[in-house]
Amino acid sequence: MPISTVFEGKTEYMQILDKDSKVDAELDPGLPDEVLDRMYRLMVLGRLWDHKCINLQRTGRMFTYPPLEGQEAVSVGSVLAVKPEDWLFPSYREWFIYHIRGGPLSMVNMVWMGMEEGMKLDKNLRVYPYAIPIASNLPHAVGAAYALRMKGEKCACIAYCGDGATSEGDFHDALNFAGVWHVPCVFVICNNQWAISVPRKKQTDSETLAQKALAYGFSGVQVDGNDVLAVYKAVKEAADAARAGKGPKVVECITYRIGAHTTADDPKRYRSEDEVLYWRERDPIKRFLFYLEKKGIWSEAYEHKIHEEADRLIEDAITKAESFRQDPKEMFRYVYAGMTRNLEEQMKECFGEEGK
Amino acid sequence: MLMKANMVEALNLCLKQEMEKDNSVVVIGEDVGVDGGVFRVTEGLFAKFGKDRVIDSPLSEDGIIGSAIGMAAFGLRPVAEIQFQGFDYQGYHQVVQHLARMRNRTRGSITLPMVLRLPYSGGIKALELHSESLETIYIHLPGLKVVCPASPYDAKGLLAASLDDPDPVIFFEPKRLYRAFKEEVPEERYTLEIGKAKIAKEGNDVTLISWGAMTYVSMEAVAEAEAQGVSVEHIDLRTLSPCDWETVINSVTKTGRAVVVHEAPKTLGFGAEVAARIAEKALLSLEAPVKRVTGWDISIPYPKQEDYYFPDKKRILKGILDTARF
Repeated sequence: MPISTVFEGKTEYMQILDKDSKVDAELDPGLPDEVLDRMYRLMVLGRLWDHKCINLQRTGRMFTYPPLEGQEAVSVGSVLAVKPEDWLFPSYREWFIYHIRGGPLSMVNMVWMGMEEGMKLDKNLRVYPYAIPIASNLPHAVGAAYALRMKGEKCACIAYCGDGATSEGDFHDALNFAGVWHVPCVFVICNNQWAISVPRKKQTDSETLAQKALAYGFSGVQVDGNDVLAVYKAVKEAADAARAGKGPKVVECITYRIGAHTTADDPKRYRSEDEVLYWRERDPIKRFLFYLEKKGIWSEAYEHKIHEEADRLIEDAITKAESFRQDPKEMFRYVYAGMTRNLEEQMKECFGEEGK
Repeated sequence: MLMKANMVEALNLCLKQEMEKDNSVVVIGEDVGVDGGVFRVTEGLFAKFGKDRVIDSPLSEDGIIGSAIGMAAFGLRPVAEIQFQGFDYQGYHQVVQHLARMRNRTRGSITLPMVLRLPYSGGIKALELHSESLETIYIHLPGLKVVCPASPYDAKGLLAASLDDPDPVIFFEPKRLYRAFKEEVPEERYTLEIGKAKIAKEGNDVTLISWGAMTYVSMEAVAEAEAQGVSVEHIDLRTLSPCDWETVINSVTKTGRAVVVHEAPKTLGFGAEVAARIAEKALLSLEAPVKRVTGWDISIPYPKQEDYYFPDKKRILKGILDTARF
């Protein structure tokens, strides 16, 4: 018997706007000016907010915080690409997503300020509270997609994870279940090259992360994750297909974490300045700025206006978040739907008979 | 109407009734569909409710628990079956990191009403890791309810109550009792209160506290102790979290003596918590140290020597008599 080939697969890479802002006219999704404007404003706001948060942490007004810088195009491009009825399942570094969906900026970083209320999300915005344990949100997205499909909702579930997450068992389980169940789920892998100090190459010997989809019976695509247009186009196509019943897909976004893993991390211990410089030259915001300038949207006055607006939003959000007063008794009240006798006793012991 | 049923039949009827009553109830697990579950608890459900509601999942405890969490968050009421409690560790991180804490960490915006069924207990000459009884690792997690019936009647009523509960319920099924005996069980739906212990037998000299399979084993020892003139009050906890401490403390205050029986290893088994609570609330009533009759602090032996491990009638009886005569 001759030996035959039983499987062959390929994984494509897409870039629309390169680092020098050259655009591939054929692939350009041709988005209306107001969408391009929104993309840019959000990416700038994300970055300014990010810098502010590091500042807040350094001055003792915020606890440990995971910086976003460099990855703005993945969050912004993917969220604007999908429909409001689609559900989003972020990982912790996609904290900005809730604001992109319309949630108040003050809520976004309340968690990093140490308050559970930052997880009390408005269900109408269809953002699932982000997971801290790596990849553990992915099986939830698959179960959610199963439940939503069963209820007859035509929507997709967009689940986010990083490159390190692809080494977790949860990643395997989620993709495997998604394939078998053929659920409308899009897995966005934000490949930022580093899982704290461990580089992408040490996570897996696979050439790409996108190709892992093939083993689960569906396809993956790799895109330049610093190209907001490519992220937008790839995620939109994947979500549209998922909603139309064509099953799950992986979108691997190649990007870079310019900042530290968290404010508790010092990346100088494990990577060179040259590497960071290399990626700064591929900055998602800068290349998009020139693209917008050519379109006649961007000008210095426009930039100035956006910064002013962002500063106002940020100041307002900080004031609101810092002035939020928690009720400490809630840490007992939300353990179960009703208070148990045991917890009532412990609450009294904690706060005294009259309460704090 | 009453029917004679063993525990498997009672659980099966309960699931059928819950699925008829509520379209959002789905069953998920390994072999729960076409095969009806390895213990046949889900027998017939696949034929009646179809593959979308009775899901033969891929072989992954993590995938089962993790996706069931997603289903529960999005309006379904999953009943997830892990074939043996000794295999739930591959999905246990989902229980710790999400299932138990979701309501609290989101301040009530996401809740996870689901039931995780775990056939546990030994004494059936099963393979390695098929006889575990690690209820403690669930009781230890705030946000979970942990239920463990000891009879067909209790199993049916408690499972129905678990499906009504707004919080995640870990449902320990003593597989040693699956087919051990039949009793009269109402055919129609009924519920038993979660968090309420049952006084299986009233008595005055010693309080015996047990749950699940050990309740059944203890009954023989209790009968023998009574024959030897010791009056035993036997409490079947039925729910381990939240535990009905009031019933325990009231009884020990009356008898002044307590024996707690479980299959799990002694160190940090739930018996340790029972003894500590009695010490906190009823120390001055005690006439004897609280006695723990438990599994040893060893991994459960392979079947040939497993009888050395599990508390049996003889060991429990000795525990009762030693405590009564202290």
